[in-house]
Amino acid sequence: MATGHPRDTTEESTETPTEPGERERPAFVDRYPAAAATVRGLFAVSFVAFAGGALFGLIQALHRTGVLRIVESSDYYTVLTGHGVLMVLAFTTFGIAGLFHWANTRSLGVAPTRPRLTTGWVWTMRVGTLLAGGVILAGFVDWIPASADVLFTFYAPLSAHPLFYVGAALLVVGSWGAGLDWLLQFRAWRREHPDERIPLQSFMVLTTTLLWYLCTLGLAVAVVGFLLPWSLGLIPAVDPLFTRTLFWYFGHPVVYFWLLPAYLVWYTILPKLSGGRLFSDPLARVVFVLFLILSTPVGFHHQYTDPGIAAGFKAVAMTNTMFLLLPSLLTLFTVVASMEHGARQRGGEGYFGWLKALPWDRPAFSGAALAGIMFAAGGFSGMINAGMNINYLIHNTLWVPGHFHLTVGTAFALTMMAVAYWLVPQVTGKRLQLPTVAALQPYVWFVGMVLMSNAMHRAGLAGVPRRTAEPRYDQVSYDAVVGGVAEMRLQIAVGGTLLFVAAVMFLAVMLSTWLVGAENSRLRVNGDIPPPLSGPESSPVVLDNLKLWLGIAVVLVALAYGVPLYDMVSDGVLSPGSVPFPE
Amino acid sequence: MHVHRFEKLWFGLSLLVIVGFIATIVYGAVGPGAGMVADDGGTIDASAVANAEFETTDNFRAPGVYAADGDVDVYVVAQQFIFRPGSTDPIQVPAGREVTFHVTSADVMHGFNLAGTNVNTMVIPGQVATFDVTFEEPGEYGIVCHEYCGSRHHTMAGRLEVLPRSQFETTAASVASAGADTDAETEDED
Repeated sequence: MATGHPRDTTEESTETPTEPGERERPAFVDRYPAAAATVRGLFAVSFVAFAGGALFGLIQALHRTGVLRIVESSDYYTVLTGHGVLMVLAFTTFGIAGLFHWANTRSLGVAPTRPRLTTGWVWTMRVGTLLAGGVILAGFVDWIPASADVLFTFYAPLSAHPLFYVGAALLVVGSWGAGLDWLLQFRAWRREHPDERIPLQSFMVLTTTLLWYLCTLGLAVAVVGFLLPWSLGLIPAVDPLFTRTLFWYFGHPVVYFWLLPAYLVWYTILPKLSGGRLFSDPLARVVFVLFLILSTPVGFHHQYTDPGIAAGFKAVAMTNTMFLLLPSLLTLFTVVASMEHGARQRGGEGYFGWLKALPWDRPAFSGAALAGIMFAAGGFSGMINAGMNINYLIHNTLWVPGHFHLTVGTAFALTMMAVAYWLVPQVTGKRLQLPTVAALQPYVWFVGMVLMSNAMHRAGLAGVPRRTAEPRYDQVSYDAVVGGVAEMRLQIAVGGTLLFVAAVMFLAVMLSTWLVGAENSRLRVNGDIPPPLSGPESSPVVLDNLKLWLGIAVVLVALAYGVPLYDMVSDGVLSPGSVPFPE
Repeated sequence: MHVHRFEKLWFGLSLLVIVGFIATIVYGAVGPGAGMVADDGGTIDASAVANAEFETTDNFRAPGVYAADGDVDVYVVAQQFIFRPGSTDPIQVPAGREVTFHVTSADVMHGFNLAGTNVNTMVIPGQVATFDVTFEEPGEYGIVCHEYCGSRHHTMAGRLEVLPRSQFETTAASVASAGADTDAETEDED
């Protein structure tokens, strides 16, 4: 097929959308039962992690604001570590692996080739998550001599129990296996289709996977090379700035590892849900290539306020970061244009009137669209973060979590929930239950996040720090720039509560679909994705040269990190050294 | 490859915005002179800081405020869960003069932020953060540790007082020696 999408078709669905009964057309679960089972198993872990993370989030929102305190302030940091690790390491990684496993299989039309490899990486990731999560939870009880109250950034010299680092390493190694699985699938497809363009969803999966390999290298070196042997007492000291720098080498690209799956949904599924098709396939490829190239050599923008790093390296990272705005701004154009096209296909008219023609009552659409709107707001606060000198005003204030609850906390999380409403029926064969709850859920999340995030941003401008159980100090008074501190506190508490309610609504829909839904029911959704308005045929073939783009990315990383890392290790790789500080 | 003319226009505008942002940052650095914390503070042995062996550290002096030859230098040690000086006694600096801060850690990572201002640095063991601040008006600021540093992180805060220049100069000599005293006191508390 000209588009390179074996499963793509322009035919409208012939299903009667609401009729019960057996499926006439095969769903993903019928075509690829093994892959569908893998996706289900990954989503299950992802959503359980999300449930735990959401509960911890509620406890934090109420504790910080002084509304309700059910843990000691010294245990707040165990809750905070749990929230961070469960949400941004487990919920994301498992959810993304499930989404990518589906997308790669669907768009290539090739089932995963190595069942034992698949089983291996899924269980490696699960065991890793159980270890890391178990050590964190052990911090709540005194009779288990293990804890990991180190937050998800685990900056040395605060140290965790060695099993925490083992768990983190296994999660990463497992994800490498996942990437290998998808690359092997691609190789099998390429053998059959030597001259075709890479199907778009697979292209997105593969570029994101390469980005993941490149950036997790830093995490692996930090954890396996330094923090694990240090926590075991095999090496006496680590250089805290060096391991922190390795963390942020990983820590910025990881946000694109969270974001690009949302982009995959916005580019390839959202246009269809809007009633139309993607505006431009080549532009989507350009965007993913830009992310592969530019995502990693920017980590120093998390270290603008760090001593020990020359200002010039920070300026290089700042410039790269600003150019990273380009692919996101291009995405804004393409996604909105695709939605407008869809709306006009549905009879929408006028400059803005077409917005009314979109299916706002369908949660898969409304969730992804609202996530996109919030990401635009998050993008603007991100530009402030990236501004090298204005960053000093907001570094490590509540502004920063205010920002990333718009990006990973909504652009990714709400898109993940939205796509689950559409995809879970296709990988289970069960019709979605509680459709009214599902239809309302994205709006509850959106309103909760508007309240919580705007207040967090403003509190950050007033100087309220992040990562603290009790942001009120005798010595410190905050001058609010806009609004009042008490009003912000109230918005954070109410917003956090609404977010928890929205999380419960999502989990209720998923749980009842799993428990109540009849297998082999006729689905309301189908996985057909229409070809883009402007296909890949006329775009330069070099766009599909993944080795070239990976090579350029490696060179840029070497340029951005070579000299500063050499500076840090030239006085001895463990020096200036710090011994572990167990808390 | 077909690129729609609106897409081209959007692409051009996006690049313009990006270059504009970079220009404002360059202006901020060159014009108003917004400085960065960088590597000029040098490295330090964190255990020497913890053991108060400041005679062995050539880029860091005993915690306190030093005023001599027109320069004002503030040496601050951050440690679980106080700033020395800052937490027990406020840091006192003059208005209208450039003050150089030198901040380092005796144990884990901390943060040093005058709440609501851009006086903000990470405090990393093994590194000395140095930066210059000029306070135009007398006043008071709260100091917050903004990086998680342990189970009582939320108790770690302090105060900084900006004194009128004349008042600072009459107390400058005693402030310098008080800095050394503060050091000794907190040693006892530990």
